[in-house]
Amino acid sequence: MRRTTRALPNKTGETDQLGLLQPGVTLQDRYLILGVLGSGGMSSVYKGRDLHFPNVTKLVAVKEMINLAADPTMYEMVVRNFEREADLLATLSHPAIPRIYDYFTQDTSSYLVMEFIEGRDLERLLGDTDTYLPEEKVVTWAVELCDVLTYLHGHQPQPVIFRDMKPSNVMIDQHGHIRLIDFGIARIFQPGQKGTMIGTEGYSPPEQYRGEASPAGDIYALGATMHHLLTRRDPRAEPPFSFSERPVRQINPQISPELESVVNAALAYDPKDRFASAESFKSALLAAAKQTGILISPQKSTALKLPSDVQELWAFECEDEIRGSPIVHRGILYVGCYDNNLYALDAKRGTFLWKYPTEGGIPTRPAANEDLVYVASEDHRLHAVSADQGKLVWTYLAEGPIRSSPTLYEGHVFVGADDGHLHVVNMLNGRRAWRAEAAGPVRSSPLVFDERVYFGCESGDFYCVDFRGEIKWRFRAKRAISSSPIMVEGILYFGSMDWTLYALEAEGGWQIWRFRMGRPTISSPAYAEGKLLTGCADGNIYAIDARNNREVWRFQTEHQVTSSPVIQEDSVYCGSVDGSMYCLDLRSGRKRWTYRTGGPITGTPAIHEGSIYFGSNDHHVYALLT
Amino acid sequence: MDFFKRIFGKKKPPVSPDGVKTAPLDPMMVAPTTITPLQARVLLGMAQSIGVERTHNEDSLFVLQGTAAGLEALPEFGLYIVADGMGGHRSGEVASAISVRAVSRRLFEDSILQLMSIDPLTDVVPLQDLMRIALEEANLAVVERVPGGGTTLTAVLHLGHQVTIGHVGDSRAYILTDSDVRPVTRDHSLVKRLEELGQLRPEEAEVHPQRNVLYRAIGQGANLEVDVFTLPIPRNSHILLCSDGLWGVVPDQEIRRIVSAAESPQEACDRLIDAANAAGGPDNISAVLVYFPPE
Repeated sequence: MRRTTRALPNKTGETDQLGLLQPGVTLQDRYLILGVLGSGGMSSVYKGRDLHFPNVTKLVAVKEMINLAADPTMYEMVVRNFEREADLLATLSHPAIPRIYDYFTQDTSSYLVMEFIEGRDLERLLGDTDTYLPEEKVVTWAVELCDVLTYLHGHQPQPVIFRDMKPSNVMIDQHGHIRLIDFGIARIFQPGQKGTMIGTEGYSPPEQYRGEASPAGDIYALGATMHHLLTRRDPRAEPPFSFSERPVRQINPQISPELESVVNAALAYDPKDRFASAESFKSALLAAAKQTGILISPQKSTALKLPSDVQELWAFECEDEIRGSPIVHRGILYVGCYDNNLYALDAKRGTFLWKYPTEGGIPTRPAANEDLVYVASEDHRLHAVSADQGKLVWTYLAEGPIRSSPTLYEGHVFVGADDGHLHVVNMLNGRRAWRAEAAGPVRSSPLVFDERVYFGCESGDFYCVDFRGEIKWRFRAKRAISSSPIMVEGILYFGSMDWTLYALEAEGGWQIWRFRMGRPTISSPAYAEGKLLTGCADGNIYAIDARNNREVWRFQTEHQVTSSPVIQEDSVYCGSVDGSMYCLDLRSGRKRWTYRTGGPITGTPAIHEGSIYFGSNDHHVYALLT
Repeated sequence: MDFFKRIFGKKKPPVSPDGVKTAPLDPMMVAPTTITPLQARVLLGMAQSIGVERTHNEDSLFVLQGTAAGLEALPEFGLYIVADGMGGHRSGEVASAISVRAVSRRLFEDSILQLMSIDPLTDVVPLQDLMRIALEEANLAVVERVPGGGTTLTAVLHLGHQVTIGHVGDSRAYILTDSDVRPVTRDHSLVKRLEELGQLRPEEAEVHPQRNVLYRAIGQGANLEVDVFTLPIPRNSHILLCSDGLWGVVPDQEIRRIVSAAESPQEACDRLIDAANAAGGPDNISAVLVYFPPE
């Protein structure tokens, strides 16, 4: 009952009950009201005509503020404060500040007569567009705003604090220049009741809640205004002072890191950490603009950096496409190829050690344990060969091609096959321990955890079975699930051809959330620092908050991403059908480097001792130093 | 006042306005120690009090817990909600009551009833979406029916090994172990926000004149932003849901001490309410305590 809730300011206003002035009314026998420009709370702004200029149409803006003070002394005080502030405003002279022509008090209202500005305020401008504003435009406005703040803060004998910098108080006039409207004079008319706050929470600095108004507060509010303009996220709809939780570039990656850091500095919580003056804010903006070159050539596209930070260690050519993924085990790289061979290469030098022929293409990733390497092939077989020499130890025959990568767990190989089964095979002798039936080919790589096996199937079913092969639960997506599941803290994550990344509770299979992408996906997700990374046929590599399904960032490649991302420290590595291997910053999704090959990269890279290994459809296996 | 004291005696919490019975269960009913343990069980306690200073109870709470045993049994499930209403006249209590109804109905229909389904389900709404929808529906219901009213709402949906939490306002969900107490929800209050940013010291925040100002509440208007997240259930630990009538009065460490010392979650809830009232009981007090056994 004692609590109050703040609401967003009512944009359309409910001032009719307060009685807006009707067009045709004349104030002081001089100002003819033509219409309402805006209204809200205790004040309204009208478009008017100054009748002292009978031969020309001189337009003015008339701001009306209603004096609600019932007590005569209070009423007088409000009027005196108003007149003092109006006098102050009348002495200001700056191209970005509308001129004050007149003020007066009549009945229960006080009026301020100002220069009429043709144009749109930035809030309207945001509302009228649905794409991001160009960086150089926002920087140009911000520089002008810094100029006017410098003027105000340097005002003698006392600095003038604007107090209410926000998009709706900044007009862009017909010449494209900014004009500051609505100095906080209206606040004099706000009843000083408990819980009423100064300014608009979304833009005002934390210290304003302690009643401090200073130049540093205007700097913060300008930073907040820029943040809103660059991200299109209205801070009034977000928790107060949460700008640092949604950095500009996380929302709008087109913005340069230079500008982002200027905005961040303006938005520092502690006034001491912000720019010391509007002037130094402006210098920082100009320096950033100079670095990115936006103010010189606004049309310049982001420069494509060639692979500079990455060094090729070696490349090895096979006889056909490599669609599967390599592993490194005891210093040896194993990779399957569509020339039907499993290759073993020295991981450091890329020299050929041996190859083992299967009778079908190998679209999978081998698995290795101690002395044995297991590889699944489209020849319907799972092959176990010796890790050092590639000698056959056993094969296991399924009733269809095997396109699922084997998983090793407690003496068994778990692998799906196109015969619609999950096969569980004894690692040492290749005998089947058990198998579980699925409604279609099983191409995802099974996940084994805590006596449960989780795998997806081409029918769109996702299964949880126990070690006897009995189904514990089943989940159904709308299309095939070729992506392999991962589990983090009891939650399973995998993608589907139905364009969706799913998060399921592992015990019962309930969906916790889903994330919709632009195309089907067969990429298997990776997890780090609370984020899920996955590729998608829409060409993007996505980073998604694992706690909920919010997109953290996405990176667009030039073709489908069927490869699965791999994370090492704060880098994400992922291949694309466009032929490139990408290295991205885990936190921002910004590109660190790309390495271009001669064909699509469909497999998942392996990372081992500072090197990254992957195959390409150009027949090569590549090793790069990261 | 006597009238209220008679009806709303400390140990006998009132029936909340939506008719949900919130009186504590007989400890014998909830304590499983005398029952052959099928498996370790979730244990529950709950209590509510009008407090000392208030004449109305604007809090609402809701508790539903289920266990099934047998072959391919359903996993354990539960739904726990605390809401703390605000607004003049009776709008606070109505806002919290109808919000609890709206949320429990949606979650019951679309999650718990779905559990009972025999065929595998297709096209089920994900739990987090469901939680968000449920709170948004409550918001619309309050906006429509209780103009000027609002409420906090914190809901915990337990299914199997996970809890999904939906939260708006400054009621709290805590995770308590023997040695630790940690709120998992974030208060949507201005003062808390300033405190998080280091603009206010905790002791300043406690006495700040605007400490009751929320920046998010059910009923505040369209476009409500809801916090929704999923956690693994805290093994051998408690989840406590409470209104600020408890956490604003009884320090966190004292809450932990009371819960650790109690024989059962129900006893703990009774002691927590006693502690809040002993400290002045400035506001309505609601507490739901859920114990999750070791695996």
